Amino acid sequence: MWFRTPGGDLLLDYIPVLVHFVIVVGLTAALPALHALVGGSRPTPPKMEPYESGVWTIGSTRERVPIRYYLIAMLFILFDIETVFLFPWAVVYRRLGAFGLIEMLVFVGVLGAGLIYAWKRGALEWE
Amino acid sequence: MITPPVVDLTLILPEMIVLGVALLVLMADLWLAPERRGYLVAASLAGVLAAAWVAAGAADGVSFAGMYVRDALTRVGQVVALAATGLGVLVAPEYLRRYNLDRGEYYVLVLTAGAGAMLMAASRDLLMLFLALETLSIPLYVLAAWARGNARSQEAGMKYFLLGAFASAFFLYGIALLYGETGTTRLPDLTSALAQQPAGISAAAGVGLLTIGLGFKAALVPFHAWAPDVYEGAPLPAVAFMSVIAKIGAFVALLRVFPLALGALADQWTLVLGVLAALTMIVGNLAALAQSSYKRMLAYSSIAHAGYLLVGVATATPPAASAVMTYLAIYAAMGTGAFAVAVALERSGGEADRIEDYAGLAGRAPLLAAAGALFLISLAGLPPTGGFVAKLGIFAAAVETGSVGGLALALIGVLTSVISVYYYMRVAYVMYAGEPDQSGGVRLHASPLLNLALLITAAAVVYAGVLPGAVTSFTQQVGALLSRL
Amino acid sequence: MLPVAAYLALSAVLFTMGVVGVLVRRNALIVFISIELMLNSVNLAFIAFARQHLGIDGQVIVFFVLVVAAVEVVVGLALIVEIFRSRSTVDIDDVDLLRG
Repeated sequence: MWFRTPGGDLLLDYIPVLVHFVIVVGLTAALPALHALVGGSRPTPPKMEPYESGVWTIGSTRERVPIRYYLIAMLFILFDIETVFLFPWAVVYRRLGAFGLIEMLVFVGVLGAGLIYAWKRGALEWE
Repeated sequence: MITPPVVDLTLILPEMIVLGVALLVLMADLWLAPERRGYLVAASLAGVLAAAWVAAGAADGVSFAGMYVRDALTRVGQVVALAATGLGVLVAPEYLRRYNLDRGEYYVLVLTAGAGAMLMAASRDLLMLFLALETLSIPLYVLAAWARGNARSQEAGMKYFLLGAFASAFFLYGIALLYGETGTTRLPDLTSALAQQPAGISAAAGVGLLTIGLGFKAALVPFHAWAPDVYEGAPLPAVAFMSVIAKIGAFVALLRVFPLALGALADQWTLVLGVLAALTMIVGNLAALAQSSYKRMLAYSSIAHAGYLLVGVATATPPAASAVMTYLAIYAAMGTGAFAVAVALERSGGEADRIEDYAGLAGRAPLLAAAGALFLISLAGLPPTGGFVAKLGIFAAAVETGSVGGLALALIGVLTSVISVYYYMRVAYVMYAGEPDQSGGVRLHASPLLNLALLITAAAVVYAGVLPGAVTSFTQQVGALLSRL
Repeated sequence: MLPVAAYLALSAVLFTMGVVGVLVRRNALIVFISIELMLNSVNLAFIAFARQHLGIDGQVIVFFVLVVAAVEVVVGLALIVEIFRSRSTVDIDDVDLLRG
């Protein structure tokens, strides 16, 4: 059974979770209810502004994002996520020695080829 | 204390060749003039040939902290995957130029998917298997959507992607459950861990989820719904390649997971796989009867063939494992060939996808029609073609077990094959006896590379049918690997 | 400290939410987000199991899953953007040219 924990009784282990769950659900229900009951509500136009006492909003807040943005975002995700491999390597850098360095250079080299590709294909230009 | 894992780079030389060439093609395409794209095709083919030569002769070994293995299954699986990749490159160039889709990235994606299938054959670890599966699948999603302006191709790509990623998530959850149960993802450690303790619900669920993930890639019923739509919408050369390479990857992985790693628990999964195989054969063949589109018919036919292959996996004896590899090798030839015939035709600006488009082909292009008929006869499993040898091997292995299940599967296989003769021969009949289209709407396109692909696949189908020993003597090492367990 | 089983239960709940999202929602982007939710719930399970087995394998697997998920995001977004450009909709019920 995959609910089994090492040396733990299933039901007993669950009691804190259950208590936690009950408290969370109770609180999230109770607080808005209390607010509605006690707080009262007197809406005036300035109060309904998205940014009370702030600058006037210009245009719709649901502005459409240029499609170019997606391209940049995609490239960012791709190159950004690869750093998860650089961090562990940096931690054990000394122990891995020259072989580890060369392997990481190859890895970064392949990423570099990808960057050159994106560059030459014009993916990095906004216009 | 962390010790770096032992890494033997010579072991993965075939994969490095294929991926190195893919990277080279990607970079070269940036500077190469469009009219010189032929060099990219040549480089891809050279890389595939070199990798196949190395893979066929490479010595056995285990490396990368036990995640990678080169053994008989790796050898046979990689050679078959490379053959399919080479054919996938050959069928493409003329079609891509015809529809103005010719970009070097096509070959990069084909090579990368091929490398993914190669790595699946060499996986000795479930994480490795997952990464290889994704390396195979993600390029195929892009290839399905390759015809960029074409709404059908976009739709095929998105469908394939969404359902494929969905299946991958199930596959991954299966790995997590097995890891939780046993504390390991290495297949041999999994074998010993599951042999010691009685398999719990979580291990069973894990194996079930793995089956869903691989069943999707192989288009097994009931995980097949994507296949007809994707095959219909994707560009023909991409379909020719993906239908074959995805099957090779998925079935080599199924052999690795079920008979090789979980062989000791065979009594718990043979029934499930057997039922899936029976369903897949029945649904695939019956649905193919009703199709008027050549691509959709071949899509259901490819589902049916996945059913026959799964009979071999469910049987799980050494001869059955060899027969699965023989089947995959022959299917690579006849499956690619059947789509390659369609690549050579065009109906007024689009693909010749209606079965009527093939009417009277024999009068206009006798050799092309002969090749088409040959592939259809082979897909139906009639002698003296490779398709007959492939099916015979699987069904004989199933009967040999002497079990009721094996006999039932073989019987269903033979009966559904008889049904399949009808829909394959209907197309062959139209090619030879149909009234040719007089309006000139259907045009022929010949190109040296496409002709070469047709010649190779046709020769392979005939050769495997007349001299089956040539194929089986290479694939039987997989059975020998299984019998040593 | 919460027991490992709690994380596994949360992971199972998140995974199920992802599955339901894929099956119920019709917007391709939301379907896509649901798939990402499934992948990340599996990551949580891996971390929890790694803790349970006191091993590092589960944590290493998460790194690879993250990268695969990122690659899927990029390919998937590219396909969805391409479809949106030509049809101005990403509702998967409107994307129905292929039906036999």
